[in-house]
Amino acid sequence: MDRRGFFLRAGALGATALVASPARAQDPGADRLRVPGAVQRRTSVTDAQNDETVKAIERRMKCTCGCNLDIFTCRTTDFTCGTSPELHKEVVALLEAGNTPDEVVAAFVAKYGEEVLMAPIPEGFNLTGYLLPGAALLVAGSILTTVLWRRHRMAQVAEPMEAGVGGAPPPVAGASADELARLEEALQEVER
Amino acid sequence: MTLLGNFALWVALLLGAWASITALTGRWQDRPAVASAIVRSTYGVWIALLVAMVALWKGLFAHDFNIEYVAAYTSRNLPDSYIFSALWAGQKGSLLFWAAVLATFGALAQFTASKRYQDLMPYVAGVTLGVTAFFVIVMLFGGANPFDRLPFTPPDGRGLNPQLQNPGMVIHPPMLYLGYIAITIPFAYAIAALMSRRLDTGWIHAIRRWSLVAWLFLAIGITLGMWWAYVELGWGGYWAWDPVENASLLPWLTLTAFVHSVMIQEKRGMLKKWNMGLVVATFLLSIFGTFITRSGVIASVHSFTQSNVGYFFLVFLVVVGVLSFTLLYTRWDHLESETQLESMASREAAFLFNNLALVGIAFSVLWGTVFPILSEAVRGTKITVGPPFFNRVNIPLGLLLLALTGIGPLIAWRKASAQNLLRQFTWPVATGLVGTVAALAVGIRDFYVLMALGLGAFVTGTVVQEFGRGVRARIRMHGEGMFSALIGLVGRNRRRYGGYIVHVAIVVYFVAFAGMAFKVTEEVTLKPGESTELRSPFGHTYTLTSLGVSQYEALNRIVSAATIEVTRDGKPLGRITSEKRQHVDSFGQKSFEPSTEVGIRSDLREDLYIVYAGSIGGTEESSFAFSINPLVWWVWFGGVLLVIGGLITMWPGGGITQAAPKRQSAQPGYAVSMAGTTAEE
Repeated sequence: MDRRGFFLRAGALGATALVASPARAQDPGADRLRVPGAVQRRTSVTDAQNDETVKAIERRMKCTCGCNLDIFTCRTTDFTCGTSPELHKEVVALLEAGNTPDEVVAAFVAKYGEEVLMAPIPEGFNLTGYLLPGAALLVAGSILTTVLWRRHRMAQVAEPMEAGVGGAPPPVAGASADELARLEEALQEVER
Repeated sequence: MTLLGNFALWVALLLGAWASITALTGRWQDRPAVASAIVRSTYGVWIALLVAMVALWKGLFAHDFNIEYVAAYTSRNLPDSYIFSALWAGQKGSLLFWAAVLATFGALAQFTASKRYQDLMPYVAGVTLGVTAFFVIVMLFGGANPFDRLPFTPPDGRGLNPQLQNPGMVIHPPMLYLGYIAITIPFAYAIAALMSRRLDTGWIHAIRRWSLVAWLFLAIGITLGMWWAYVELGWGGYWAWDPVENASLLPWLTLTAFVHSVMIQEKRGMLKKWNMGLVVATFLLSIFGTFITRSGVIASVHSFTQSNVGYFFLVFLVVVGVLSFTLLYTRWDHLESETQLESMASREAAFLFNNLALVGIAFSVLWGTVFPILSEAVRGTKITVGPPFFNRVNIPLGLLLLALTGIGPLIAWRKASAQNLLRQFTWPVATGLVGTVAALAVGIRDFYVLMALGLGAFVTGTVVQEFGRGVRARIRMHGEGMFSALIGLVGRNRRRYGGYIVHVAIVVYFVAFAGMAFKVTEEVTLKPGESTELRSPFGHTYTLTSLGVSQYEALNRIVSAATIEVTRDGKPLGRITSEKRQHVDSFGQKSFEPSTEVGIRSDLREDLYIVYAGSIGGTEESSFAFSINPLVWWVWFGGVLLVIGGLITMWPGGGITQAAPKRQSAQPGYAVSMAGTTAEE
């Protein structure tokens, strides 16, 4: 490039910069991101999104996008999900139509099936889901307690027989009752 | 490399299968050379699988995209640390990793085995090599060969899922695998004891450390998984009762039951059948976890791609279960207790109830995990069993377990007198009551939270009392300083006091979990310079001001970083940045959906958790999810405490301290200290 060409190009660049700068300063999109696609979000946060009733209802129901999260968690976690924002709008619409939270949930179950609930309804076969672990533990605990109690009783019966007539402890030479008690305690301490 | 890898897999399979069949059919008895060959085979299989693993690593680091696994999980612009961890990022590689680690443990078990157990070791080798061979069979015949080649060579690989590009994911899966895999060694000893009919407590002593190794690695793996979920997934929690999370918890629970009940067998010769059953069940649960993760039969966010591999595991699970319990049944009469329980008020009884609670929780978690399948089979209706179900069923059981954690150590072995019980329980119960009243006084009204805090205080009281008495006794007996007495006390009985530290860790976990009941979350849209306020459960007011979004390119991603300036009660706390990352391949093309990196400010009381949700209309006006998560720091601290306690418990040595021999050498004769006076013989 010759000297004339260089100055012409520099002048053109400078003029472009002078023309472009004020325009950029006045552009309402001056804070536009260089790669907007990576962080695109359609709408601002609404008051309903922070409403505790809405959140509580959404926590009871699963997002149907296949993520296994509840609607609230999905819409506040997976911002690429298009399903949870729509489900949120459905919840808000049903509440605005005067439904109670339980009615909103019932409407979702009617539309999407029982699978939409984060926990099954405690009725019918589902009760086994809720009650069986506790019941099994209770039964096992009762059996264990009964068995242990019987063995405990048997051991109590056997103890005086081993100890001799009247249940008196075998004599230990030169040890007072107090010393024996302390010895027993020390032995138990060692055994622990 | 693929040729070498395939060759190594075949060597491992043939050698492992021969040794396993020969060992388990008993064709080595009275033939020492064969027995020795079986044991040596464990080293051969170990070397073969190490070679296969190194071959795959070589392919990964060489960017040999003709290997399907390399093309599926790495790219040219993937950082080296993640190329390293890509070995276990996918189904096929993780199977190889599993087999190689199992072979390593199998070889280590042989190498470290005492001569006392020489007649068990061919059986142990048979079991470990049989399981290893099964994993190699899955790789070679289940469509999961990590050395499969593509018919073409792509110019670049797909790259690693962004959620796996996290330091937690470099160490969390190996830790969990180490736990799962280490369970095979106690199982192998149990089968060896059953087959050889050597059902005294010998095999129990042999597996004590291995059980603790498995327990500890599972605990570390689970805690690291919680940490990864918290910092990476962006939903602000660490445990979601996902089927794969549950699958890792199940063997940990039964193993925890075992490490308690095995003490009763060691000290009293009781519970032999129960312990044997627990070891077998723990192994089967570890395989069940693998089946869940790899079959896709239950929907989970953690699952590998759905494949036929899961059905191999299902068949293996059924076959091993039937064979193991049949073997146990045939040896039933050899497993009679040597002594009987003497009293309901004994540590044995307390441990039995502790075992019941642990197994009960394991059953409840298993039941909830498989209940959707049962429901669909019985009613034909698909249902979801999520956190509300598990919390409802398991929180009461968990609190029962917490109570038993405190009760167990307070009761003496064999039989505790009423006087002894009163002496032991007074201080811890008082501590528990004080804890509950204090929680009520600060306004906590949630029943479960109150119970967790009260019982946590009770268990802490128990542990403090035990340490306090032990330290005082040492100070009195040896004239040591408090710190030396504490060190000496723990060193003298590592298992007992290490166990108490683990109990404190469990308390810390429960209290931290209870904290999440007070979580606060708000979604806000802010333009640069705009602020919002958030009130924390501890009464602080956070002011969060958006400083805008900056975008830049990193090695394999375009980063959009939203920065928030934070003040608490007017005091500046600094800036927190949350990112959106668009990962790209080495040609600049999008390789995955955008991922989110959360911004966290953590202190002892609460975490401020910031998630950048996205920007409105391509401007810097951005939406955020702000959360205050109370007591989360304590979850990680509980994890550290648990590891410390676990390490102390399993550390070799212990027993007689240094102080005792010194005292003996200074004072000849036999000395008995009673009530502060010393009577010499």
